[in-house]
Amino acid sequence: MTLLARWEALLVALLVILIGYGTATSDVFFDANNFSFLTSAAMEKAIMALPMTLIIISGEIDLSVASILGLSSATIGVTWDAGFPIWLCIAVALLVGAGAGLINGLLITRLGLPSLVVTLGTLALYRGLASVLLGAEAISDYPAGFRTFGSGKVGGTQIPWSLLVFVALLAGFLVVLHRSWVGRQIYAIGNNSEAARYSAVRVARIKCWLYVASGTLAALAGVVFTARVSSSRADNATGFELDVIAAVLLGGVSIFGGRGTLVGVVLSLAVVATLRNALALNTVSAEVQSISIGALLIVSVLGPNLARRLPRRAIRGGAVAVPEPGTAD
Amino acid sequence: MTAPPPPAIELAAVAKRFGAVQALRGVDLVLHSGEVHALVGENGAGKSTLVKMLAGVHRPDTGTLRVDGQETAFHGPLDARKAGIAVIHQHPTLFPDLDVAENVFMGRQPRDRFGRVDWRGMYREVGRLLGTLGVRIGVRTPVKALSVADQQLVEIAKALSLQARVLVMDEPTASLSAREVERLFAIVRRLRDDGAAILFVSHRLDEIFAISDRITIVRDGAHVLTASASELSTGETIRHMVGRRLEALFPKEDAEIGDAVLSVHGLSRAGHFRDVSFELRRGEILGLFGLVGAGRTEVARVIVGADRADAGEIRMDGRAVRIGSSSAALTHGIAYVPEDRHGQGLVLDFPIAANVTLPILPRLGRFGMLNRNRERAIAGDYAARLQVKAAGLGAAVSSLSGGNQQKVVLAKWLATDPKVLILDEPTRGIDIGTKAEVHRIVSHLATGGMAILLISSELPEVLAMADRVLVMHEGRLTGAFSRAEATQENVMVAATGQAAVAHGVA
Repeated sequence: MTLLARWEALLVALLVILIGYGTATSDVFFDANNFSFLTSAAMEKAIMALPMTLIIISGEIDLSVASILGLSSATIGVTWDAGFPIWLCIAVALLVGAGAGLINGLLITRLGLPSLVVTLGTLALYRGLASVLLGAEAISDYPAGFRTFGSGKVGGTQIPWSLLVFVALLAGFLVVLHRSWVGRQIYAIGNNSEAARYSAVRVARIKCWLYVASGTLAALAGVVFTARVSSSRADNATGFELDVIAAVLLGGVSIFGGRGTLVGVVLSLAVVATLRNALALNTVSAEVQSISIGALLIVSVLGPNLARRLPRRAIRGGAVAVPEPGTAD
Repeated sequence: MTAPPPPAIELAAVAKRFGAVQALRGVDLVLHSGEVHALVGENGAGKSTLVKMLAGVHRPDTGTLRVDGQETAFHGPLDARKAGIAVIHQHPTLFPDLDVAENVFMGRQPRDRFGRVDWRGMYREVGRLLGTLGVRIGVRTPVKALSVADQQLVEIAKALSLQARVLVMDEPTASLSAREVERLFAIVRRLRDDGAAILFVSHRLDEIFAISDRITIVRDGAHVLTASASELSTGETIRHMVGRRLEALFPKEDAEIGDAVLSVHGLSRAGHFRDVSFELRRGEILGLFGLVGAGRTEVARVIVGADRADAGEIRMDGRAVRIGSSSAALTHGIAYVPEDRHGQGLVLDFPIAANVTLPILPRLGRFGMLNRNRERAIAGDYAARLQVKAAGLGAAVSSLSGGNQQKVVLAKWLATDPKVLILDEPTRGIDIGTKAEVHRIVSHLATGGMAILLISSELPEVLAMADRVLVMHEGRLTGAFSRAEATQENVMVAATGQAAVAHGVA
């Protein structure tokens, strides 16, 4: 069993413990209604975590996602206010997100600037643009159909629409990262970008596309967020980028690139959402929730590092994110 | 009657092994006060290992080190410094944002009685030191504003302030202009006359004969001879450097040589190489020899699209091509096996199969999917052909020996089915047995019609494998020899920049 597989098993165990804790301490925890609430509250971050996983595996980072979410939300607000049909507002917001991601990607790959610095800059820039668009006002007179997409459920079930969107995206990202050759190239870039470049991998192009994907999905998360809270404000989802990155790292993705799986990230998203929900139901304050999640993150970074210091034999064949060819994984 | 003073530094029969490579096998080096002693040898002869021993970086496995006749051992660079040894590197290792005086006194600034740094005293002392060297450099100038030559002088001033009596200069002239070299030599002579012992390591034979009193020649980690510079000629020195070691290598098979596949005209890249032209034909192994820093790898990097040329033209099968990336090189059928196996050749955490197929992933399935059965088949095929020894195709390449890792790199590029294969130091750091295997593979590829450019610092390898040999020296082609003409002496003369002299004689 590889190191990562063991990490994922650990996350499953943690999830089971948290569900047990929630069920034991609250009557309403193990309930379809609560499940619906729990998931829909986590979906924006979950959607942004998908491209973030690929970006971190490629050895880069995107700090600007929550600001793109805010910019997307502001764009929907302004265009709706101007009288456009809602589907056009959404399309424009997605295009703005893609453009914001493209700017990140071009600055990083064409100018060779570090992604940490570029996206720290655009974090402020895109949030600023959102404020310029909306000012201090909030736009909330959205049509019923849009609000239903945000807070309604599929048919007579308790499954939120946003969960369906996420699951569809997840399927796509799973195929790209773990089944396609582009996924293999992303791992190669994160492990040794110089060797990847010499091996005819189009490093710059792939990274640039990852940022476009990240911007587009952050804008989509903005659509979901705006519909859920049925309000556009310039400061929507401020600080979400840290939760997204924390979830990806907790999922076993190495901050140094080259290692990690989407399965781990999905598990970690579930762990974080469950933890937050269970604590909230026990009327634990938001501050203490943050402290718990912060502690969990530190442990997640410590864990694999400690495991790596075990005798070599104990982790033989471990720490390799790429499945062996030919094996059914 | 008094006995002559013991040598300042003496290394006696020192040996050093790094993994499978025996870097030094019993070398003697005796440095006297008041002499400039040159250390010469081919790439990989063991010069750097000796320098690092004197610097306290490496400890000899066997053999003794004596300072002023006293046997001792250096446990680290600090011990070497305490023994009065200072090393001046080709690229000075200074703090670029600090000024000259701060660099000279880094970590040991003079203090006043309150424990504060005595800035005035420090600047005065550094001014005095630079004055004794006869150079005009502002003590408050940030080091990054200085030329490499001036930075070296700062290093020398630092050495003097440390009371160093032994100066080891490792390729100090490699990036200096002729005038800067003259100035450096004047200072070196003055230091020698003041009683310092100076070890001068260089490739440039003309400089060696201009400056040194005695010369020690090393070859393959062994001591060849030490003689007075006046007793040696350039030709003899070259002969001793190269020796006779052409046996024990794989005999090259005869291949049918066809039309030119790759031709390069007037290729230049500022600061690296100038006006390089050659043709590479089907079935031919073209050797490209030169000493370290001659510009061979830089030429290869331009051909495979890793760097841009400033001028010149590359043709494949007679048609001019523009190669701006490794993918473009691959499309044109050019494969490059880089020099740095770990940094550029392999993804160490990946299994063998994933490494072998990395450049050809897009060919491995439809709709962007990875066909793992085909991947396994292709990787298995090439791994078997090259006899890669591993637990299985799923084994991480980091678990393989250097020789097998190199076979994986070769397999990776052969899987692209190239017309031109550029090999950069393909046998560096691998054991003798695998080396012979690599030679057999390369020779076999040529008989199959592949055009091969073999870049190597190992002269015997080039002479044994190549149909023709090109020689570079300081960014220019200084020789082209047919297999028959390519003797060790001819090639080495061209590689050390003595070609003009040789032509005058011939």
